[in-house]
Amino acid sequence: MGDPHVHDVLILGGGAVGATLARALSRFTLDVVLLEAEAEVAFGVSKANSGIIHSGLHAPGDTLKGQLEYPGNRGWYRLHEELGFGFAPVGEVLVAVEQDELATIESIRQQGVDKGVPGTEPWSPQQALAAEPNLNPELAGAVWVPTAAVINPYEAVMLVADAAQRNGVRIEVEQPVVAIDPIDADQPDAPLTVHTPAGAWHGRYVVNATGLFADEVAAMAGVAGLTIRPRKGEEYLLDRRVEGLVHSIVFPAPRPTSKGTLVIPTVDGTIMVGPTAHEIDDKWDTSTSDEGAAEVFANARRLVPVLNERDVIAEFAGLRPVAQTEDFVVGPTERPGFINAAGIQSPGLTAAPALADHLVDILAHQGLALAERSDWDPTAPAPVRFAARSTEEQRQLAADDPRYARLVCRCELITEAEVRDAIGRGARTLDGLKFRTRAGMGRCQGAFCTWSCLSLLAEGLDVPITAVTKRGGGSWIVCDRDDRPGQDTTDDGRPSPDTTEDGRPSPGTAGDGQPAPGTTGDHQPEPDATGSDAPW
Amino acid sequence: MVTTGHARQLADRYDVTIVGGGPAGLAAAVGARDQGAERILLIDRDPTPGGILLQCIHSGFGLHTFGEDVTGPEYAHRALQQVLDHDVDVLTDAYVTDAAPDLRLKLMSPSTGVTTVDTSTVVLSPGARERTRGAIRLPGERPAGVMTAGLAQAMVNLHGRLPGRRALILGSGDIGLIMARRLTLEGVEVAGVCELLPYPSGIGRNVVQCLEDFDIPLHLSTTVVDIHGRDRLEGVTIAPVDDDRRPVMSRSTYVPCDTLLLSVGLIPDAELARQLELRLDPVTGGPVVSSTMETSRPGVFAAGNGVHVNDLADWVSREAQVAGSSAGDLALGRHRPLEDVHVTPGHNVSYVVPQTLSTSRTQTVSFRVKAPIHGDTILRIGDIHRRKVRAVVPAEMVTLKVGPKLLDGCAGDTLRVDAIPADQEEA
Repeated sequence: MGDPHVHDVLILGGGAVGATLARALSRFTLDVVLLEAEAEVAFGVSKANSGIIHSGLHAPGDTLKGQLEYPGNRGWYRLHEELGFGFAPVGEVLVAVEQDELATIESIRQQGVDKGVPGTEPWSPQQALAAEPNLNPELAGAVWVPTAAVINPYEAVMLVADAAQRNGVRIEVEQPVVAIDPIDADQPDAPLTVHTPAGAWHGRYVVNATGLFADEVAAMAGVAGLTIRPRKGEEYLLDRRVEGLVHSIVFPAPRPTSKGTLVIPTVDGTIMVGPTAHEIDDKWDTSTSDEGAAEVFANARRLVPVLNERDVIAEFAGLRPVAQTEDFVVGPTERPGFINAAGIQSPGLTAAPALADHLVDILAHQGLALAERSDWDPTAPAPVRFAARSTEEQRQLAADDPRYARLVCRCELITEAEVRDAIGRGARTLDGLKFRTRAGMGRCQGAFCTWSCLSLLAEGLDVPITAVTKRGGGSWIVCDRDDRPGQDTTDDGRPSPDTTEDGRPSPGTAGDGQPAPGTTGDHQPEPDATGSDAPW
Repeated sequence: MVTTGHARQLADRYDVTIVGGGPAGLAAAVGARDQGAERILLIDRDPTPGGILLQCIHSGFGLHTFGEDVTGPEYAHRALQQVLDHDVDVLTDAYVTDAAPDLRLKLMSPSTGVTTVDTSTVVLSPGARERTRGAIRLPGERPAGVMTAGLAQAMVNLHGRLPGRRALILGSGDIGLIMARRLTLEGVEVAGVCELLPYPSGIGRNVVQCLEDFDIPLHLSTTVVDIHGRDRLEGVTIAPVDDDRRPVMSRSTYVPCDTLLLSVGLIPDAELARQLELRLDPVTGGPVVSSTMETSRPGVFAAGNGVHVNDLADWVSREAQVAGSSAGDLALGRHRPLEDVHVTPGHNVSYVVPQTLSTSRTQTVSFRVKAPIHGDTILRIGDIHRRKVRAVVPAEMVTLKVGPKLLDGCAGDTLRVDAIPADQEEA
């Protein structure tokens, strides 16, 4: 792969920043390529976070992150209108449990007022408990902010990237940056050349939105002085039976390094608690721990005492890419044409749309000519969510396309048509399919739908089922009897540059080239009974 | 009449509709027809009815139902053949998404689209789900290669692919034991089976035939405490647990493996039961049922692993036959027997199904013990029935038959079911 052509802009990284920038640039008559290291966009930092569109209150106005927070919040409201991803404007309640936290929350409210955040209200304990009856009855006071919202960050980022692609941005996945050619002393303004295992890419401008790896990528470009450290956050998702425990995002009075442990009503109606905030060294360590769970629940119970660890159905950890300044590191660098968008930690997801506009301004300032396209379409048809439709609409969908009447995921009621649509939109892995459709996210956690999803992916991608992965790289799922999976991966488990041509691990290569028997719409048997002397 | 997987016109109204075509649903359909019900609909979500039996390619099924030892698919085939012989409407590739209190079922299938059927009675036979990693809160990384044993079984037995090359199995439930043997036969190295409890969760025969015969180690009082691997599983850390089931980390060991199978229990699938607001048993997780397998909502019957997790498919068939024939009786306007006796779990008994009995009929009481008793054991139902057995273990369901003779004079009583070591039985 790679391309001898010189593109106007290479965006490195397909997370919230890269995707919103790609979409912002798609308004113009530009040749833009987005290179994503992972198998799909939104698979890095953007995949595992609290999914909160912050109200705009939290970051100080003298920081870049503080300046972009509220405009970013507005940007997500607009993106939701245009693209239709799941979005719930639930608002937030900032709680002072102790009397001495009242001054803190009031100063945060004032900070928001100064930044132009509308609608904030100081609340008495009675007001807070009337709105959120499950809050700690001993609380000292609260602040209500209506502007906060929740999204599924992966779903939203994927749809933003889809929209960019519809408007002409080229997105290439499994393109980790391995080198950037050094500056040519004779031609310092010459296009930059970025190497990935697949080939070389040339761009007049390169935007570094590589999240946790922004320091390493910057160093490849000869840009020194940036250090990104991961700060881990563990999150715990609770069973649907505690749905409605809180109606808005519940924040504690903050601490120096984090906004603290939150109780979050997710866009899907479930409750999530987290995150922790711990500096770690390993940029790949997304493990959860018993200690993390204990910390999260101890903190969260201060806010909502009835929370119970036994209700956990799933857990995950994400890493915040933290620069040494604790602020976003955005702007041109000593390398002409190389622009950093680094250190995008909280409220980075919120700020992303505003950051994208900010980056467009920077690019223009650096000499990128921006001519608006006449055919730019800001909207895109949102994927059909069958389960959310009325019975009449469901009947019509199924009448028009029987694949809407064939269930793939029974826990979340996801149909074959939705799965095929997600694959058509770019889902290439089991996780990507799950993030786009919710197939496999419910109570059974994929025990029943995994095979159907694998089969549909293999068919849609035209690869043997053994080549389908959980999330790219060496994350193979099934193998054939004679396979030797994992042998073509390096010690750290990432695909080595000399893996198979398309970066797949070896299980795929020994496949028979045919999807497994009974692929299309092939369902797992119902678990109708175990049974037998030797049941299973 | 039979429509396995083909478009067909559904009737406007059914006497008995059976949701779920595993061994429970198949037996219920036959039971309803034998009772004289005419319009019977069996709905199954797969292209072929049979449920999980279809992936259980080992033998050990059918000794009670068919009088011979057959495999799961053979059992399913015979049960389905009976249904076909009984001229029951079968709708496959179909899923019931909603059940209203007036017994209007909303269903979807490629042949019918999204539609509804009305039914006089319904038998819920949805089966069970496997408990997942999330349910047992396993910390660590989230690589590919961690899955339930049942999913691995489907991969190997239905689809001819392997879940990995070197597996550790957490939980000694029967599925896990069966898969230890199955994977070994397929050339997958099975590093061992870890069980949190001090005794196996699967039945004794499986421990012998699936582990001991293949030299697969069983580590009792041991659990998985960490999962390693970024993309694909690379290994797990296991540790013994103390008497309070807390891991002793100082004695932990790393086990390299690319596959971790979870066989940590089944939970009745109670989605429709919840929609219908049926009373659920907090221990089984399934609906509370009478001796006719009728739930707390009149006209709604339930059977199989959707009620409580059985150890034998044969018991499922027997119980579901009662559910089906009772549903048929009710649909035809026959009176229910009076449910005038309550049964409740007593000493060392975790649950009892059914939860009520009738003094006017013969019925089977099924239950499981909480802890194993090695040695002579007294099983008691109130003071009306007492039986001595050689041993009991939680993995094996216990069944006792009681009839009008024994229950005479018990109307209005609540009978406790106990399992007591013979030498500790009080006078």
